[in-house]
Amino acid sequence: MISLTAGALAANLLLVGGLVALVAVNGLGHFWQADIAALVQSDGTTLLGEIADRELDSDESGQPRERWRVAVGNRDLGGSDFRWIDASQVTGESWPSDAGVLEREEWGRFYGFPVAIRNGESVRVEGTEPVWAALPELLRENRASRAAKVDALAAEIRGLNGQIERLRREGRDTNELQVRYEEAASALSAREAELLADVLVMRTADGREKAIPLSQVVRAVRANALGARGKFALYGSRLWEFLAGEPRESNTEGGIFPAIFGTVLMVMLTSLAVAPFGVLTALYLREYARQGIVVRAVRIAVNSLAGVPSIVFGVFGLGFFVYLVGGSLDSLFFADRLPTPTFGTGGILWASLTLALLTVPVVVVATEEGLAAVPRVVREGSLALGATKFETLLRVVLPAALPGVLTGLILAMARAAGEVAPLMIVGMVKLAPSLPLDGEFPFLHLERKFMHLGFHIYDVGFQSPNIEAVRPLVFATALLLILVVLSTNLTAILVRNHLRRKYAGSAI
Amino acid sequence: MTQPAQSPELARLPEFEKAVLRVKELSLWYGATQALKEISLDIPERKITALIGPSGCGKSTLLRCINRMHDLIDGVRVEGQLLFHDRSIFDPEVDVFALRRRIGMVFQKSNPFPKSIYENVAYGCRIHGIGARSELDEIVERSLVSAGLWGEVKDRLRESALGLSGGQQQRLCIARAIAVEPEVILLDEPCSALDPIATQVIEELMRGLADRYTIVIVTHNMQQAARVSDYTAFMYLGRVIEFGETGELFVKPRVRATEDYIRGKFG
Repeated sequence: MISLTAGALAANLLLVGGLVALVAVNGLGHFWQADIAALVQSDGTTLLGEIADRELDSDESGQPRERWRVAVGNRDLGGSDFRWIDASQVTGESWPSDAGVLEREEWGRFYGFPVAIRNGESVRVEGTEPVWAALPELLRENRASRAAKVDALAAEIRGLNGQIERLRREGRDTNELQVRYEEAASALSAREAELLADVLVMRTADGREKAIPLSQVVRAVRANALGARGKFALYGSRLWEFLAGEPRESNTEGGIFPAIFGTVLMVMLTSLAVAPFGVLTALYLREYARQGIVVRAVRIAVNSLAGVPSIVFGVFGLGFFVYLVGGSLDSLFFADRLPTPTFGTGGILWASLTLALLTVPVVVVATEEGLAAVPRVVREGSLALGATKFETLLRVVLPAALPGVLTGLILAMARAAGEVAPLMIVGMVKLAPSLPLDGEFPFLHLERKFMHLGFHIYDVGFQSPNIEAVRPLVFATALLLILVVLSTNLTAILVRNHLRRKYAGSAI
Repeated sequence: MTQPAQSPELARLPEFEKAVLRVKELSLWYGATQALKEISLDIPERKITALIGPSGCGKSTLLRCINRMHDLIDGVRVEGQLLFHDRSIFDPEVDVFALRRRIGMVFQKSNPFPKSIYENVAYGCRIHGIGARSELDEIVERSLVSAGLWGEVKDRLRESALGLSGGQQQRLCIARAIAVEPEVILLDEPCSALDPIATQVIEELMRGLADRYTIVIVTHNMQQAARVSDYTAFMYLGRVIEFGETGELFVKPRVRATEDYIRGKFG
């Protein structure tokens, strides 16, 4: 029996550990910069790129052969980021030290050799070595002038837009602002065009030249000249971009910060909603209600809620929260914005409340168990001192039951963080234009739509045309989702253990 | 054994004692079961009164009636009267929370709250609206000194009360009860779960407290009743069979059943 149970535990641990390891290995490799190889094939063409995979299989005649998957980038020229080549067809292999890879705002990576940096027609730097030497400084300069000229203007335009919207709603004249808006918009496009004038000319392995505006270059890496330290620094920088950056290229590149933020905020809002709701329900059921057939029926109903498929909750959330509650809120308080809905459409508040409903049984059950574990003599001790039932509950029973309550909350949070299906119809989106929390009054925008790691995995992994390029990103996102769930749980567990230590020896 | 009825002269208090609590023909039913049968008993002020008797004789039930803890049980019905300072505690106008403040209780199983030692003692005061730090500090110290626990815990007031030993926990519960300055302290077999040394400490403590408080103690241990109490009531099958000065009751009981019980013939 012991070996059976121990074996089951070991198998479980192995599965979980294996899953996390698989996800980690596949995901974290994505940020590592391999050396760039120049591969000459027997038909005379040259490929420049990173060898991503080496695979053994057999050709049509059954002969074993080796195939390599090479990340060649240059999607705007070649059409696809990866190429499969036959290893036996490779006649020459070299690791050119002047080759580089550019990460771009659009079109993915570019592999090639720098030729020159031009501004319009005039050449600023020429030759591979001088360009590599001057490139970091010029990129910084370009970014700085972008920040100075464009970002401020863009912020002004956003502000004007808001003002115009407000005036329009109040039915006042917007002409004057409209004019200022037009001016700012044209100034913005002029400045953007100005920034586009600085271009980096790159030559591909097959000799074609391509001019890439400096403002499009996120990072320029001379991979083969980096050395180990440089590669680790680059790895860290890419990982940071992934964690803290905004997504680009319909989520297939850049960072996933909005999704992390959305997930964490939603879980926090969910626990804020579910904790009082669940605890009060449990208090009533266990402490106040007369134990009888009705309470038993209610308890069974609450427990069955946990078994309802989550998409049903989503549909309920859409019907009840979004359309009914949100629609009523809109017609009461935001009537001037109609027909554009404010709360009458999916948003992070409705998503959180839907998940709160989904997870409330867990909290109710755990709280009830925590309350039941507080011994009767302890309650009587309080009552015998002249405390009312309410005082006893609030000051003695509930604190003693708190570890149990938190256990329930931890389970609820884990469930909420991993749930995706119901969110798709109550406010989760592929790409949210702004975070639900920002510097604009009232700071927390509960009506906004939000991004979520779970949906991000689905979207990037299964809705992206460029599946080979994004596969590691899916793993990395999955790893991050696991980490987010783990760290929220860990925080709650630490709080609970602290409380347990404080009430050391208590029955729970 | 025949069912002995209570005769009035067997439950009378000497003239020189002042009765704080007067139980008058008190009967109590748990559902259809009658647990107390027309009990009459006067409890003297600032004396220790012990309730003894075999298990199930109703002594704990009687004790819990005195601060209306029986209210907490569903399906309980009482008849008769229980006067505290000549006022019925069953009167619907009586504030039961104020009553329990004046009549404190210590339970068979020590039941400290899952809080710090300090908070355990301060709890009753906080409930009754005393919040000032300095005042609470003083009350906590005074109560712990009275309960003979101060020396042992004064350096660990912030630690959990659940880390104390069984005897210390029981004394903490006594400190908690006296912190709200009650007039009467009810003790429900306070030593039944303690070792002989802890029991002795509690007994000495009770003797010391008797100067200031009226104490009613339920005990299974006849030696304990003989050692600590001034008056003893022997209960059997829901009735008080005999009540009297402890020395007299143990040396020359007037009723046969009492004698059989204290000689160990049953119980």
